[in-house]
Amino acid sequence: MTAHRSVLRPILTYTGAFLILLWSAGPFIWQFSTSFQLDRALTAPTPSFIPHPFTWQHYANAFFHRQLWFYLRNSLIVASVTTLLCLALGSLAAFALSRLNIRGRFGLLMLILSVSMFPQIAIVGPLYLIASACNLLDTYTGLVIVYLALGLPLVTWVLFGYFETLPRELDEAGRVDGVSTLGLLYRIILPISLPSLVTTGLLAFIAAWNEFLFALAFTSNFRHQTVPVGIANFTDLYYVPWGDISAASAVVTVPLIILVLFFQRHIIQGLTLGGLKE
Amino acid sequence: MPGVQEGASAPTDGSGSTSRRIGGLSRLEGVAASRRPGRFRRHLRRGAVAWLLMLPTLLALAAVSFYPIFNGIWLSLTNTSLITNASDFVGVVNYANLANDGEFWNAWFHTVLFTAVSTGLETVIGLGMALLLFETFTGRSLVRAAMLVPWAMPTVVTSKMFGWMFDGQHGVVNYILVQLGILSANVDWLGSVRTALGTIILADVWKTTPFMALLLLAGLQTISPTLVEAARIDGATGWTAFWYVRLPLLWPTLLIAGLFRALDAFRVFDLVYVLTGGGPADSTETLSTLSYKVLFSTLQFGYGSAMTMAMFATEGIIALGFCLFIIRQLRRQA
Repeated sequence: MTAHRSVLRPILTYTGAFLILLWSAGPFIWQFSTSFQLDRALTAPTPSFIPHPFTWQHYANAFFHRQLWFYLRNSLIVASVTTLLCLALGSLAAFALSRLNIRGRFGLLMLILSVSMFPQIAIVGPLYLIASACNLLDTYTGLVIVYLALGLPLVTWVLFGYFETLPRELDEAGRVDGVSTLGLLYRIILPISLPSLVTTGLLAFIAAWNEFLFALAFTSNFRHQTVPVGIANFTDLYYVPWGDISAASAVVTVPLIILVLFFQRHIIQGLTLGGLKE
Repeated sequence: MPGVQEGASAPTDGSGSTSRRIGGLSRLEGVAASRRPGRFRRHLRRGAVAWLLMLPTLLALAAVSFYPIFNGIWLSLTNTSLITNASDFVGVVNYANLANDGEFWNAWFHTVLFTAVSTGLETVIGLGMALLLFETFTGRSLVRAAMLVPWAMPTVVTSKMFGWMFDGQHGVVNYILVQLGILSANVDWLGSVRTALGTIILADVWKTTPFMALLLLAGLQTISPTLVEAARIDGATGWTAFWYVRLPLLWPTLLIAGLFRALDAFRVFDLVYVLTGGGPADSTETLSTLSYKVLFSTLQFGYGSAMTMAMFATEGIIALGFCLFIIRQLRRQA
């Protein structure tokens, strides 16, 4: 019985591990392979896993024919500015919550968390009217303002969680040296929080990069549309250009995957601290 | 235990040490103030500084989240339309119409079904994955890394990817299932009323389960291994040790992760919008996609706002129910 068990267990474990790997990576690998295959190979009765003949045609189509350049530029600008602002404002709030004797701190944290639970469809209508009145439709500014508010709860929570783990002796030492309150944040706490800032920034960046609903509602042409809206609109009159879609998908996803793999340990830690929020 | 509980306990620790730092006098603030004006002023100023630092964040949240909600409540009581340019107060007419709107209840039902099924599947499969990853084996870090791929990918890309895999003509899923003899002919997964919602649920489960598993794994790792060992020594097999020791200890994490997942699943938009647009024959219409159409296609901002407020209320009820359940469970455990 025991001997039987000790053989069976690793087999089950490795089978399970292989299934998880296949489940997680399989679909994207297929999408990646698709992006290098000719249309006639994609519509052949027998699909082939290895691209043969190999082609860059879909990448050329996506970039030059379907304006992927513009979408990438727009997304990069919007997501980067959002990330920087989120970190700048979120670190101030997290610092105040963690280090200054603020009243009703628990209530504030819960309030900030509950905001991130609002269904976004419930605020998109009123915000559209406001943005329209302020001439913020089809601008980067409009998107950045919305993404900033959507990203702040997560950034504040994760940074707050991190600041709480820093020893309070640091504050004491700083105060003895005569550092002001803001000096404590900028000269002591932020420099040693750099790893956490990078991870939190990455989370904010991914959220802004992937956001679809507001980008769809607030922008109407390729000069300001972001990547998700661009890819969603990749269609032709009579057929779906799966090859071009796959190429664009690879272009916008591979950099994210590399970043995420690089920071994976911090990401999981950060999100676990940050109240289990996606 | 990650998440809310940690947040709940941390502030008490924090304010404890803050008051100690200020000299143990903040409990007797009034006395301290009258005797030592300088100290009190400093205390007051630090409070002001704290609020000043919070201000940008609170302003952003107030402007982009709270104000629109209140504005939405107001809009839902008007006949605002961008076509007729009307915006008069009409009372609860929109809500009365909503109650008799078949499309709304159809979408409401799909959304609740989608939320329940996908959250359930994601929690159960995620727990299975977490338990497997808890074992040590070669290549574990590779598997764990691969699990972040679905999470990091834009949902629009996920949608297109599933659209291609489940394509009715050239989709690889049809090919595999026909080759294996499971299907006799190609199925139009997203074009048929019987399979479309199921395919969308599958795409959601694919995208979010691995991440759920990683959160549950983090929860599992906080459980002291000595407890499981003690149970083993008392003669518990792997299954009973899981059922009576690990699962009860993981229960809070499981419930909170489930709550967040459910709230997120409830507002599903991207997958449906890109994969089916609510079709075929409204069989995948959800509250978010239907509201979006009412708002931005028919431009009825009054009626659309009533719809989103009804959705907001439903989500609030789900959150409240979940929270009460969590609190009761935690009490029972304590």
